[in-house]
Amino acid sequence: MAEMRKNWGLVAEFDNPGALLEAAHKVQEAGYRKWETWSPFPIHGMDDAQGLGGSRVPWITLGGGLTGFTIGLTLQWWSGAVAYPLVIGGKPLFSWEFAVPVTFELSILLAAFGTVFGMFILNKLPRPYHPLDKHPDFRGVTDDKFFLSIEVSDPKFDVHRSKAFLEELGGRGVTLVEE
Amino acid sequence: MSAHTKSPDGVFPPPLVQGGHDFGSVTDTICKIVEEPPTAGWFAAFAVASSVLAMLGGCIAWLIWEGTGIWGLNNPVGWGWAIVNFVFWVGIGHAGTLISAILFLFRQRWRTAINRFAEAMTIFAVICALVFPGIHVGRIWAAYWMAPLPNQMAMWPNFRSPLLWDVFAVSTYFTVSLLFWYVGLVPDLATLRDRAKGKIRYYAYGLFALGWRGANRHWQNYERAYLLLAGLATPLVLSVHTIVSFDFAVSVIPGWHTTIFPPYFVAGAIFSGFAMVQTLAVPSRKIFGLEDFITVRHVENMNKVILVTGTMVGYAYAMEFFIAWYSAAPYESFAFINRMFGPFGWAYFIMVSCNVITPQLFWSKRIRTSMTWTFILSIFVNIGMWFERFVITMSLHRDFVPSSWDYYSPTVFDILTFVGSFGLFFTLFLLFLKFLPAVAIAEIKGVMPEADPHWDGYHDAHVAKAEEASHG
Repeated sequence: MAEMRKNWGLVAEFDNPGALLEAAHKVQEAGYRKWETWSPFPIHGMDDAQGLGGSRVPWITLGGGLTGFTIGLTLQWWSGAVAYPLVIGGKPLFSWEFAVPVTFELSILLAAFGTVFGMFILNKLPRPYHPLDKHPDFRGVTDDKFFLSIEVSDPKFDVHRSKAFLEELGGRGVTLVEE
Repeated sequence: MSAHTKSPDGVFPPPLVQGGHDFGSVTDTICKIVEEPPTAGWFAAFAVASSVLAMLGGCIAWLIWEGTGIWGLNNPVGWGWAIVNFVFWVGIGHAGTLISAILFLFRQRWRTAINRFAEAMTIFAVICALVFPGIHVGRIWAAYWMAPLPNQMAMWPNFRSPLLWDVFAVSTYFTVSLLFWYVGLVPDLATLRDRAKGKIRYYAYGLFALGWRGANRHWQNYERAYLLLAGLATPLVLSVHTIVSFDFAVSVIPGWHTTIFPPYFVAGAIFSGFAMVQTLAVPSRKIFGLEDFITVRHVENMNKVILVTGTMVGYAYAMEFFIAWYSAAPYESFAFINRMFGPFGWAYFIMVSCNVITPQLFWSKRIRTSMTWTFILSIFVNIGMWFERFVITMSLHRDFVPSSWDYYSPTVFDILTFVGSFGLFFTLFLLFLKFLPAVAIAEIKGVMPEADPHWDGYHDAHVAKAEEASHG
């Protein structure tokens, strides 16, 4: 295939979570913006090192929970008091007390759906292919390897200078990965 | 922090992972169970479990063909083993959610080694539980009437019925448990994908791993979602057994119509669930070489939970009797005297000896750190908790009108259906052990001291390197 492939970015391997966190602080200080760390487990302090704001998942959870609450209450009121009014045990057609369990369960159910699917959507998963899959050692990221990547689209990116920078930070096997 | 590496002996708890593991060896040890071909022992166990499952299938088919008359139900006892088995299995599930959600919120990091395992147990136990009300509806082809679906009769379910609350509670519980389990599994499925040798394994695990690659932005949302799910599952699990107890407590049957039922059922559920975790974990850690992860400390901690909840259950038994006397309601008093000394008194004494006496043995450190004792006592608790639900259900056999009193005996189909549910449970559990990581790999790495970026080992190496540089 003769056609030119675009470059995706540089990736470097670090020895351990400590080295990765230290490198992350310096990459952020150097003013890079489109970069990411990759690790087998979440590393304490990495969100701050990368300058990430809070996660937006809780808002989706709240939305799900309120939707469930509304559906639960509306369903029980409408089906019992409007669609098919039926007096049971001489009690009013609708009262909030008996509606508590089902409303509660539906709130939890939809909040959980919101949490899980919201998390996957925010993470843009499922994602079958990623440029890093071509990196020979990157598979180890789910075992015991730690990586830092800087994307070509970063305004500060320069193949030679960014590569030298990553090596200076202690990154091993700094590689340019194609898209 | 330096706490884990440089503390004087006994000041800080021992490390959660023992045996000098690093990240790579953790991955290897846990993945090996999945990657190596199944042993003869696994095949033997699977053959037995799946045959018993086939028997369950036969029993259910005959039930659907012939009707609930094949069971031992009679006129006062309209609820028999089916409801007993349902409550038994739902209760077992509760320990899994307690471990995965409540202990997570309390930052009990030791839960990490057993949560995957316990969550799997929850899901399979709830599947077994759902079988029983599902097949007990009589006309099984009308089971969908329980769902609020628009239909040509323009009828809706009765939302005032605790049985309908139960449909919502248990199905929500199952769905949320499954989501929680799956979210926890995603990074580990990615590990199995990345270690896969063959194409089929690679694509099968890859499909369910959804392209997880451990980006920190993903971990951030992931951890937040996990925390939120734990926060949602905690009130959920407490509500589920509360609503299960409403099945009984909202009725006006003496012995059932009591306000102590919700907390008493929840305590009993956790009690029985932890016993089932022990029954499964104690042999599994031995067979699969997981002793470095599921340590004696884990087993001991769970035995302490069994001791506490067992004592709460014992208190509830005593309080039920006290209230029956103190209420001065003749039917209530009779129900309890009959429970202890009536035709089902034998069941009452099995329940009390298994649930009240056996857990008290765990006051002894020697017993609660002994694997043999733990296993044996966990079986006693399992038996005792099944009998608890049997005793409660059998309140029906002497109702308000003595002319309709009757004894209840199960038929062979009651017994085989219950035994068959264990076939379903163990078939699913053996498949789980073979195809999914039994211990949460990513999470267990996260509780190792090396996972802390400020761990002494890194600091020392860093200082040494800097010194070398300045001298060299």
